[in-house]
Amino acid sequence: MAKYITEISKNGNIAVDDTILVKGYPATAGSKMLKNFVPLFTATAVEKLTAAGYTLSGKTAVGEFGLDLYGETSENETCAAATLVANGEVKAALNVDLNGAPRRAAAIKGVTFVKPTYGTVSRYGVIACACSGEQIGVTAKNADTAAEVLGVVSGFDPKDGTSLKTEVYEYNTNLSVKGKKVAIIKELLNLATNEAKVKLLDTAEELKKQGVEVEEISLPLVKEIQTAWNILMSAETTNNLSRFDGVKYGHRTEKYKNIDELYVGSRTEGFNFLTKATIIYGSDVLSKGKYEVCYDKALKIRKLAVDSLTELFEKNGFTALLVPAFSQTKELEVSTAKTLDGEEFAEQFRTVFEESAYTAPASITGMPAVVCGGIQLVGNYFAESELLSFAKVLEKEEA
Amino acid sequence: MKYELVIGLETHVELATDSKLFCSCGGHAAADEPNDCVCPACSGMPGMLPVTNKHAIELAVKAGLMLNCKINQYTTFDKKSYYYPDLPCAYQITQWFNPVCVEGSVEIGERKIGIKQIHVEEDAGKLVHDDATNTSLVDYNRTSVPLIEIVSKPDFRSSDEVITYLKKLKAALQFAGISECEEGAMRCDVNISVRPEGSDQLGVRSEIKNMSSFAEIKDAIEFEKVRHVDAIERRTEMLVQETRRWDEVKRRTFPMRNKETAADYRYFPDPNLMPIIIDDAWLAEIKASMPATAEEKGQKYVDMGIAVKEAAVLASDAKLCAMFDKVVEMGREPKSVASWILTECMSRMRYLGLETLSIAPEKLSRIIELVDSSEITRAAGKKVLAAVFENDVDVDNYCEEQGLNAKVDTAQIEAVVDRVIAENPAAVADYKGGKVKALMALFGSCMKELKGIGDPAVIKSLLEQKLN
Repeated sequence: MAKYITEISKNGNIAVDDTILVKGYPATAGSKMLKNFVPLFTATAVEKLTAAGYTLSGKTAVGEFGLDLYGETSENETCAAATLVANGEVKAALNVDLNGAPRRAAAIKGVTFVKPTYGTVSRYGVIACACSGEQIGVTAKNADTAAEVLGVVSGFDPKDGTSLKTEVYEYNTNLSVKGKKVAIIKELLNLATNEAKVKLLDTAEELKKQGVEVEEISLPLVKEIQTAWNILMSAETTNNLSRFDGVKYGHRTEKYKNIDELYVGSRTEGFNFLTKATIIYGSDVLSKGKYEVCYDKALKIRKLAVDSLTELFEKNGFTALLVPAFSQTKELEVSTAKTLDGEEFAEQFRTVFEESAYTAPASITGMPAVVCGGIQLVGNYFAESELLSFAKVLEKEEA
Repeated sequence: MKYELVIGLETHVELATDSKLFCSCGGHAAADEPNDCVCPACSGMPGMLPVTNKHAIELAVKAGLMLNCKINQYTTFDKKSYYYPDLPCAYQITQWFNPVCVEGSVEIGERKIGIKQIHVEEDAGKLVHDDATNTSLVDYNRTSVPLIEIVSKPDFRSSDEVITYLKKLKAALQFAGISECEEGAMRCDVNISVRPEGSDQLGVRSEIKNMSSFAEIKDAIEFEKVRHVDAIERRTEMLVQETRRWDEVKRRTFPMRNKETAADYRYFPDPNLMPIIIDDAWLAEIKASMPATAEEKGQKYVDMGIAVKEAAVLASDAKLCAMFDKVVEMGREPKSVASWILTECMSRMRYLGLETLSIAPEKLSRIIELVDSSEITRAAGKKVLAAVFENDVDVDNYCEEQGLNAKVDTAQIEAVVDRVIAENPAAVADYKGGKVKALMALFGSCMKELKGIGDPAVIKSLLEQKLN
C-alpha cells in the first residue's frame, strides 16, 4: 500500500496531505468523489513553502476528507504522512487537522505534530470540511523542524477571511519550562486505555524532573465539548461536501434519468460510509426544530469552552494541558472499510466520535496543540513556542 | 361581502458593484458567452474561500438609510442549503440571523409601507435547457452577483399601491446609484392573501415567485385576488398556503411543484465570513456619500431658478440630473442648461429612440457656451447637438467645418444681404412703399442662402439698416 496518492518529486523534502491543493496535481481528498479532480490553483501554505525553497515530494494518503481516525478509511496506507516523517523519507509534512487525524497519527508513529492557533495558517486551498476549526499543521521529526516549517507556512493571507492579521510568526523552542504549570484533565485521562494512561503519567514524571509543576484537575465540560464539536464539525462538513453533487466535477453516476437521481446516485457511489454518516448527522443537527437545541447550543458551548480554557491558562496559571492524543498507543485492530458490514460501519462512526474527546478541546476553541512522544499538549492562543519548548525538553529526555 | 387584499413584497435588486459579492469576478452584464465571468470561487471549486465585497455592504446600508431603516452595526452572513444545479456550492450565502438593515418604512401617498428588513445575498446562476439535445446547461456568470432583498411588511392593500411602491423604489435605487435596476435586475416575490374588509385575521397566503415586469406583477395580483375570492365565496377550490408562478402566456398563476418549495434550508452562520462591524465612523462615511433624494434635488433646482415643473422632470431621472449637475458645474447658466436638456436633448432622444441621455457633458456644455455667447446661433447649436448625438463629433471642429461661427462671418452675411437686396428689387420696393411684410420675405431669402449660419437678429438689423 502506498503512502502517496500522487508522487510529485523523488527529491522533494515536504509531503502534503491530499486535501491540500497543488495546481496541476490531482487532489482527491482520499475520496472516490474527487478521483479525477485536478485543481486550478495552489494552496497559500504550499505557495509559501515553495517560495522559501522547499520542494514537494507528493500528496499523502488521507482518510476520506480527513474525517476518520488516521487514514484507515483510505485505500492507501494509514498514518501515511507520519510514517514518511518517522522513516526520514521527508523533512516534514503539511496536514489538515480537521478532527484530530494528524494528531493521532503522530502519536502512533512517535513524531511531532503542531496544530497552530486557528487563523495562523491560511486555509485557502484546503478542501474544506469544518471551516470553523480545521487548520493546517506540521508533522516533523522534532520540535525544531516543526517550528521551522510552521514559521514558513504561517502568516496573514487576504484570500482567507479568517486569517489573522499577523504577517510573520516567529517560534522559539528554547523557552525555559522550569516552574511552569501543566494540568492533567482527570476526565480525559480516565477515558484512555491503561497503556495510554501510563504513557501520559510517565511524561508527567519526566516534566516534573525538569521542574515543571503537574497538577491533576477536573474539567467536566470536556464531555459537552466533545459533543458540541461533533455537532459543529458534522454540520459544517455536511454543508461543505454538498457541492460534490456530480454536476460540475468529481464522480457522476452512470445511472440517472433526472437531476435527483444524478445527485443521489453520484453521492451514494462517491462517498464512503463514514462520510455519509457524518453528512446525515450534520444534516440532522441543522434541521428545522433541531437548530436551537443542537447547533445553536453547540455554538454556546464553544464559547463556554473558550472561556473555561482561557481561565485555566490566564487565571489559574497553567501553561499547558497534558492530555492523550488517542485512547490507544498503537493503531486499532480494524478491518478495512471494504469488508465491513453495516454494524461494523456504525462502530467506526462511534469510534471516531469517542476518540474526538481528546482532540476536540483544541479543535473547538482554535487553541494550539502539539503532539510529541505519544502525548498531546494544548495551550492558550499563540502559545505554540511554549508547547514546542515542552516538546523539545521531552525529546531530550527520550534521547 | 367586500374583500381586502393583504400583500407583502420581497424585492430582489442587483447591486451596482464592480465585482461579485465574494470574489473579484466582475462585469457579468457585459459577458458575451456563458461562463465568461467565473472563477474557482463562484463556480464552487473546493479550496476556495469567500472574501466579502465591502462596496456591496455600503450599497445595502445606503438602501437602508434611504428607506428609513435601522442599520445593524453588527451584521453576519449565513448559509442557506439546497440542491439545484444553478447553485454551485449547493448553498447560498445570505443574511438570516443578523440582516444589515431592519425596521424601515416608505411613504406612498397617504400610506406608509413598513420595511421588515433588507439583507445582502448572492444570486444563483442560470440553467439553459436545450430541447434539441435534451440536455441542461449551466451558466455561472450571474452566480454570486450581489443582491439586496428588501422585505416589506404585509402593508399593501391594492395592486396599485404595489406598483406605486415599486416605481418609487426603482427610481430611488437608481438615483442613489445602488442599482441600475436594468431589465431583470429587479425581481419580486409577492405574498398575497384576501380577507373580509375590516377583519384583522389573515387569510390563506400564496406566494407568487420571481416576477420582474410591473405589468406582470399587477396582472398576477389581480388574478390571485379573483381566485382567492372565488375560492372563499363559491368554493371553487380549497385554498392552501403554497408557492405559485405567473404564466405570462396563459395569463394565470400555477402552483409550483411541491418539491421545489418544501425545503428545509438548514440555515447556519457562515464560519468563513467574520461578522461585519459597521462602526460609527464607517456609517458616517456612508451617510456622507448619500446623494440627495429626488425631492431634495428638485427643490435645489427650483432654488437655482428652474421652473417647478422642469425641476421635477430633471430630478426624476438620475442620468438627467447627472448631466445637469455636471454642465452647471462647468460654468453654464442653470436655466439655459435645463432648457437644453429638457427641450433639445430630449427631442433628439425621442427622434433617435434613445432611453438614456449619454452624450458627453463637456460637449453639451461647449455648445451652450457657444450659443450663450452668440458665437453660434441657437439653430446652429441644435445642428451641432444633432451631430454629437449621431456621430459624437467634436464641437469646435464641427462648427469650423460647417462654417457655423456667427462672428467671423459678418462680412459673409453682409455680402449675402447685399445680394438679396440687389436680386429682389420688387420686394425692396414693396417694403419701401410701406409693406412691412416684404421685409420678412427678404429676411427669409437671406436665411435660406446662409443655411442657418449667422445670428438671425444680426441679419435682420443689417437688412433694416441697408433698406432704411
